[in-house]
Amino acid sequence: MRYLPLTEADRQSMLEAIRATSVEDLFRDVPKSARLAGPIGGLPNHMGELEVERLLGSMAAKNVPAGSVPSFLGAGAYRHHVPATVDHLVQRGEFLTAYTPYQPEVSQGTLQVLFEFQTQVALLTGMDVANASMYDGATSCAEAVMMANRITRRKKAILSGGLHPHYRDVTTTDARFIGFEAVALPAAPTGGEDLLALVDDKTSCVVVQNPDVFGHVRDYTDLAAACQAKGALLIVVVTEALSLGLLTPPGDMGADIVAAEGQSFGNALNFGGPYVGLFAVKDKYVRQMPGRLCGETVDADGRRGFVLTLSTREQHIRREKATSNICTNSGLCALAFSIHVSLLGEAGITQLAQLNHTKAVQMADKLAAVPGVQVLNDGFFNEFTVKLPKPAAAVVEELAKRRILGGVPVSRLYPGAMEDLLLVAVTETNTDADMDAFAAALTEVLA
Amino acid sequence: MTKKFTKDHEWVLVEGDIATVGVSDFAQSQLGDVVFVELPEAGRELEQGKEAAVVESVKAASDVYAPVSGTVIEANQALVDDPSMVNSAAETDGWFFKIQLKDASELDALMDEAAYKAFVEESH
Amino acid sequence: MSMNNQGRPSAIPANSGAFDGVTGTVTGNRGLQIEEPLIFEQDSAGRTGVDLPDVPKVASRLGAVKPRAKVGLPGLAEPQVVRHYTRLSQKNYAIDSGFYPLGSCTMKHNPRLNEKMARLPGFSDVHPLQPVSTVQGALELMDQLAHWLKTLTGMAAVTLAPAAGAHGEMCGIMAIRAAHEAKGDSGRTKILVPESAHGTNPATAAACGYSVDAIPATADGRVDLEALKAKLGPDVAGLMLTNPNTCGLFERDIIAIADAVHEAGGYFYCDGANFNAIVGRVRPADLGIDVMHINLHKTFSTPHGGGGPGSGPVVFAESLAPYIPVPYVTHGKDGFALVENAGEGPAFGRMKAFHGQMGMFVRALSYMLSHGADGLWQASGDAVLNANYVMARLEDVMTASFEGPCMHECLFDDRFLKGTGVTTLDMAKALIDEGFHPMTMYFPLVVHGALLIEPTETESKASLDQFVEALRALAERAKSGDVTYFQAAPRLTPRRRLDETAAARKPVLRWTPPVVAEALAAE
Ligand SMILES: Cc1ncc(COP(=O)(O)O)c(C=O)c1O
Repeated sequence: MRYLPLTEADRQSMLEAIRATSVEDLFRDVPKSARLAGPIGGLPNHMGELEVERLLGSMAAKNVPAGSVPSFLGAGAYRHHVPATVDHLVQRGEFLTAYTPYQPEVSQGTLQVLFEFQTQVALLTGMDVANASMYDGATSCAEAVMMANRITRRKKAILSGGLHPHYRDVTTTDARFIGFEAVALPAAPTGGEDLLALVDDKTSCVVVQNPDVFGHVRDYTDLAAACQAKGALLIVVVTEALSLGLLTPPGDMGADIVAAEGQSFGNALNFGGPYVGLFAVKDKYVRQMPGRLCGETVDADGRRGFVLTLSTREQHIRREKATSNICTNSGLCALAFSIHVSLLGEAGITQLAQLNHTKAVQMADKLAAVPGVQVLNDGFFNEFTVKLPKPAAAVVEELAKRRILGGVPVSRLYPGAMEDLLLVAVTETNTDADMDAFAAALTEVLA
Repeated sequence: MTKKFTKDHEWVLVEGDIATVGVSDFAQSQLGDVVFVELPEAGRELEQGKEAAVVESVKAASDVYAPVSGTVIEANQALVDDPSMVNSAAETDGWFFKIQLKDASELDALMDEAAYKAFVEESH
Repeated sequence: MSMNNQGRPSAIPANSGAFDGVTGTVTGNRGLQIEEPLIFEQDSAGRTGVDLPDVPKVASRLGAVKPRAKVGLPGLAEPQVVRHYTRLSQKNYAIDSGFYPLGSCTMKHNPRLNEKMARLPGFSDVHPLQPVSTVQGALELMDQLAHWLKTLTGMAAVTLAPAAGAHGEMCGIMAIRAAHEAKGDSGRTKILVPESAHGTNPATAAACGYSVDAIPATADGRVDLEALKAKLGPDVAGLMLTNPNTCGLFERDIIAIADAVHEAGGYFYCDGANFNAIVGRVRPADLGIDVMHINLHKTFSTPHGGGGPGSGPVVFAESLAPYIPVPYVTHGKDGFALVENAGEGPAFGRMKAFHGQMGMFVRALSYMLSHGADGLWQASGDAVLNANYVMARLEDVMTASFEGPCMHECLFDDRFLKGTGVTTLDMAKALIDEGFHPMTMYFPLVVHGALLIEPTETESKASLDQFVEALRALAERAKSGDVTYFQAAPRLTPRRRLDETAAARKPVLRWTPPVVAEALAAE
């Protein structure tokens, strides 16, 4: 049992020091009826590394890794190239195996990283301040709505039909149990919804996504001003954080809160998690923010240092009056995000974002040339929607048989609806050959 | 014009029908360095014994209750700008808010300075 | 006012003493302790740490949105980035470097096999929305993990969706609310929570629209059964109880507690943060628990990563099993299937964008397989033995709050420091100079100046002995009246005590470019 340093002799001498007769004796407060007599039944006994590797390796081998085939999936999770440096550094034990930085004198590494992360997120989103991370983009979105409810003392959120339906569902789940109203507009694959018309004096916020779930990019400057004029906040959701390297950021459009998914930087697809929720706000709302915040200060010798701050918002101090119940967040994913963004820098992030966009433009043109296929977007970043002459789910299955992961059928996100629509995402990882193979395979499948 | 105290460590000073409210010097010593106060906006109706303001140190957040009922007429903006005044001048410049008294008889049940001193000594 | 007078010093003590380390280096560095500026202070325009292909010359198609002028990120080359984060890492304490007895957090060894397994491309490089036919192994892994969790807890159902313990609490309380609603019972507005509970418990109950009613403890650190019974009634939706509790004690009356809650028509939520004490030895189902979250990042060794990510699966007894959130894995006719939409049934909607913290699932299963049934039995036994050993060896110099045996952690309070001028915080800071991460301080709130020590099973006796000797010596030193020593601690760390009061009064939450900072200062 390689993880257990105590020897039998240690155990005996320790029992003597405690004056207990056996380890079982230490469990005497457990009702007898609930104490197992020995190792639990129905599970195997311990295994060596080799056996575990074989077992888990055989499970892993049953999956098709996205990188092993041409892959065009997005819809809230994107396959980007993560520099080798990132994974090396996040595996340093001092980062990997530390807890939340509760003792700042021995946690300056994590704390400085958080301070830098908060700054990077603020810069990318164009907002004043960002927190030290949330679980993922969807929970960030729901927390943003609850924060808007607190600030405005109103209880109705308007959710755009362009909001990722999973984000919508997380928000409406919270609405049901927490007790606020979330008015979700129907999916809008071609846009054209009048959000402002729904804003009344009970509306706390309007939630839009940019690019939206169908890939459309929009300028929300006018909407922000109009919402604010009616006493409501504008929340902008971003599911592809790389888009912030190219597009006018939500902060410049006047957003009050930005809730985003940061997976695109530094984090692998991981079948959906762990990811990293980004959360950024205007300065004046800082005290209503959920989650941890790191701030700058000085130590006893007057040297710059960092601490967790404004903690009275949080559950461990405010308990039932906390702004959120979040405790553990996405620390290590935030570190990976931060290292990747540091490597990219201003020049790299701009180039990477442009690369994604222009490749997507090329792919859109290639797909538009496939008979029967129509691209629905005028403007997009690295993802767009195509209309197919056949149900997209079946087409995607056919493509998978040809070893191409050809996007996300919209009906996977909206069961029973929009069956002819397909979301296609393109990143720097897709080669020209991948794109040609996809167009050719689609032509074949649709023929 | 006497100062009265509550068991929850608020003080209240009445002049005419205007009551000035703050937290006691003993309370500030227990709170430690105050870093933030949240005060009620003018016009808000307060009810005796109900939450009226919040005072925060780094590791604790405490509610301040209204010692008497009434309408808020002014909050101490200087305190918002410099919350450390709660520590340096709890019972003078560090006042929290002023209210228009609704029912002066509510004051009767409160302690005077001597009674409050005895109360603090006995219970802490 | 309501007052929490467990507030602790957060500013720097006046007599913290001058810096007495190695002073006067030109750089400010001290040997292996190297000062590191912010990444933003190392910028050179145009420099980058990646080489990317040229951007194809294609007209952009951004619709009505303009490209942004600039982001404002600094430019560094790869070697600078590697050095930056390596230096920062060296300013952290971690389990890999030493003993980390942070009570309630289960800081056990994080096996590297787990990391290797989670990085297999078949797990890490799989998109959550790939066709189900291409992710059968991922679904099998989730199914296996679910099987282990159900077997270890004896419960009927499990959701893997929640992202951490607090998120699991949310899920469990939502299920309780859904179950009451399904019965048309809308009169239940309260959740009972002991005073000793972790802050997430009352925060969760309140977030779900319940009022929180505190139940007192008995003199032996456990729930007062009679007081609990007196509070139970048709207005109580359920009880949230941590077991073993946050004082490190097993709730002896737990079965009677569960019965009383059930009799009153409520549900019993157990905070399973302390499952490590009993995993593989006691099945929560046998204690009458209806729903419980499990922190994979505590009991099942997935790393804490400086604050996350975690994973908080929730197990449900038969009574609440229908009320679990989507998505979940089922056995379909063509292999594993994934139910992603709640539809019409009692199951409720999503809690997270995708299927849960897959990366943590792989690590946790890798750990479970490594230990097996026999290893888990031994592990929980050793965790409890280690905590009792530490308690026994410190009892004569420190004040244990309650009589043992304890479970996986032991609780002391600050009575032993009375009259010395030394506080719990000072003890913690002095321990840092001795090369240890301090225990959890000032939690739980039911004792004064709490010191909660959780050694875990992955600590050797030699390491416990060294820790005990250090604490004993510090306790003696405190009693000898050497307050100055404590108030100046820590002396040997990359930074000494930090001014948290200043940080909170004038929050600086990000770096600002010097020109902007100057302009702001001039305002
Ligand atoms: C007793 C207890 N409950 C709940 C939690 C919350 O868990 P998490 O941090 O995973 O959200 C913790 C951990 O911090 C805990 O110790």
